[in-house]
Amino acid sequence: MDTVYNVSPSPHVRDNITTQKIMGAVVLSLIPASVAGVILYGMHALLVLVISVASSVLSEYVFEKITKRPVTVYDLSAVVTGLLIGLNMPPEVPLFIPVLGSVFGIIVVKQLFGGIGQNFMNPALGARCFLIISFSSQMTDFAVKGGIMASSAAAMDAVSSATPLAALKTGAAYPLGDLFLGTTLGTIGETSALALLIGAVFLLCIRVIDLRIPLSYIGTFFVLVLITAFIRGYEAPFYYTLCEIFAGGLMLGAWFMATDYASSPMTTKGQLIYGVCLGILTFLFRMVSKSNEGVSYAIIFMNCLTPMIEQFTRPLAFGIKREKEAKHE
Amino acid sequence: MTDKKDKPLERIWNGIYVENPVFCLILGMCPTLATTTSATNAIGMGLSTTAILVASNLMISLLKGIIPNRMRIPSYIVIIASFVTIVEFLMEGFFPSVYAALGIYIPLIVVNCIIMGRAEAYAGKKGPVESIFDGLGMGLGFTLALLLIGSVREIVGAGTVFGIRITPAAYEPVNIFILAPGAFLVMAFFVAVMNKLKIGAARRTGWDPTENGCSDCSSCARHSVCGGKKAVSGEEAGMKEVQA
Repeated sequence: MDTVYNVSPSPHVRDNITTQKIMGAVVLSLIPASVAGVILYGMHALLVLVISVASSVLSEYVFEKITKRPVTVYDLSAVVTGLLIGLNMPPEVPLFIPVLGSVFGIIVVKQLFGGIGQNFMNPALGARCFLIISFSSQMTDFAVKGGIMASSAAAMDAVSSATPLAALKTGAAYPLGDLFLGTTLGTIGETSALALLIGAVFLLCIRVIDLRIPLSYIGTFFVLVLITAFIRGYEAPFYYTLCEIFAGGLMLGAWFMATDYASSPMTTKGQLIYGVCLGILTFLFRMVSKSNEGVSYAIIFMNCLTPMIEQFTRPLAFGIKREKEAKHE
Repeated sequence: MTDKKDKPLERIWNGIYVENPVFCLILGMCPTLATTTSATNAIGMGLSTTAILVASNLMISLLKGIIPNRMRIPSYIVIIASFVTIVEFLMEGFFPSVYAALGIYIPLIVVNCIIMGRAEAYAGKKGPVESIFDGLGMGLGFTLALLLIGSVREIVGAGTVFGIRITPAAYEPVNIFILAPGAFLVMAFFVAVMNKLKIGAARRTGWDPTENGCSDCSSCARHSVCGGKKAVSGEEAGMKEVQA
């Protein structure tokens, strides 16, 4: 009877995973997209990425020092936010814009609501929408001056300087190979579907994210666009639908931003509802409304509905029955 | 009948700071958020509301003996609506540009909850002189709050104040501030500053946080971070409730 049993409340199973490791994995998974962006759009894109990350980390550090809270810059969450803000910028954006976005994303969206884990909205997307509303001309000017896109830009005629989404809006298809590799115009990190998918597969393999949100999101969007393409009588509806999926911010949004832990539902059923609603909203924004892109607004809209989804899909503890079932017995 | 709380100066200070209708009572949000796109609009809205508030407070205070209790809300609305109509015509005649900018929000002053609130809470119970000063204080508080929000939104969102450019040419206006989201951001900022001032002052005079609805720490969003350490008295109060 010498053994002393340690009786403690749950949790009983612990893991050595930390916020720092998860955020580090997300940073690693975004490296291919960042490298692709720099190769495609030149050194100014690299500068934008570095400035975004630096200003995010700095604003988190300064805010936490001023408000005398524990400094959380070492958990790398601010690096992820900064990197995502940078990847959402046009390649030749004036540098004050990513700085302002980082300050807004970190301080207003994240820290004022309680810091990491407490933000009701993805900070990077909050910042992106703030910037799009404030500086719409600079945020939609996708001119390229460096990288391999600049040399091929001379070969392109004036018409193709529009983004793929603007071209798709008219119902015409776009070269799918360009969309997959990223040799089109768009923000730094969103164009190369290949690089984004490499990062997404990495995150799936180490189980930082799972397939529920991205697949239900992209799947719903795919089905709705396909039906619409058939109804509207576009040429090659399947090809058109694939173009819509690889164009714009859908890949970046579905794999890296909609899956943000703090602002997406925790329950399995909730995640599926969340993904399906994202698909419907993105479809409505892109195919029915006048705008070309709607991924950011769809995700921040659903971020706001996340607490409600969680409330309706809360699982029951073992042995407890819902009122209706209990009455039947 | 008149105690210390109903002195003219006290009423004005009460309306501007202690019970500022926008920053403390959070009343009249619709005009506050919608008409503060520029400092000029804010002043126009604030002063017209003040005029109506003073006049309706006086009228309601004079008629409080005649108005039957059951019929007081319709009576208040008729009185307020009369003054709103007068102010609307005056504005249309003398300040057509402000009238055009404020649009539907002028007739909507009829249902402004600050005016209804003061009629219900103050003018319907107190004498005419106090009611005038109460309306004046509340109106000035409303005007000042609107002016603050409107100026900040106009400076940040357009680089101007009262239509005069005050920022250097290199300044890039942050458009969101003159759109609807900017109203919420600036409003929230001022409410936070106000709370900081008031709670700070209250703490210095030995104020107990449990008296202000913070008795249960576990419902607070920051609970997981601070673990209830910051308001020990609140936590203890919560524990007592559980035991009882």
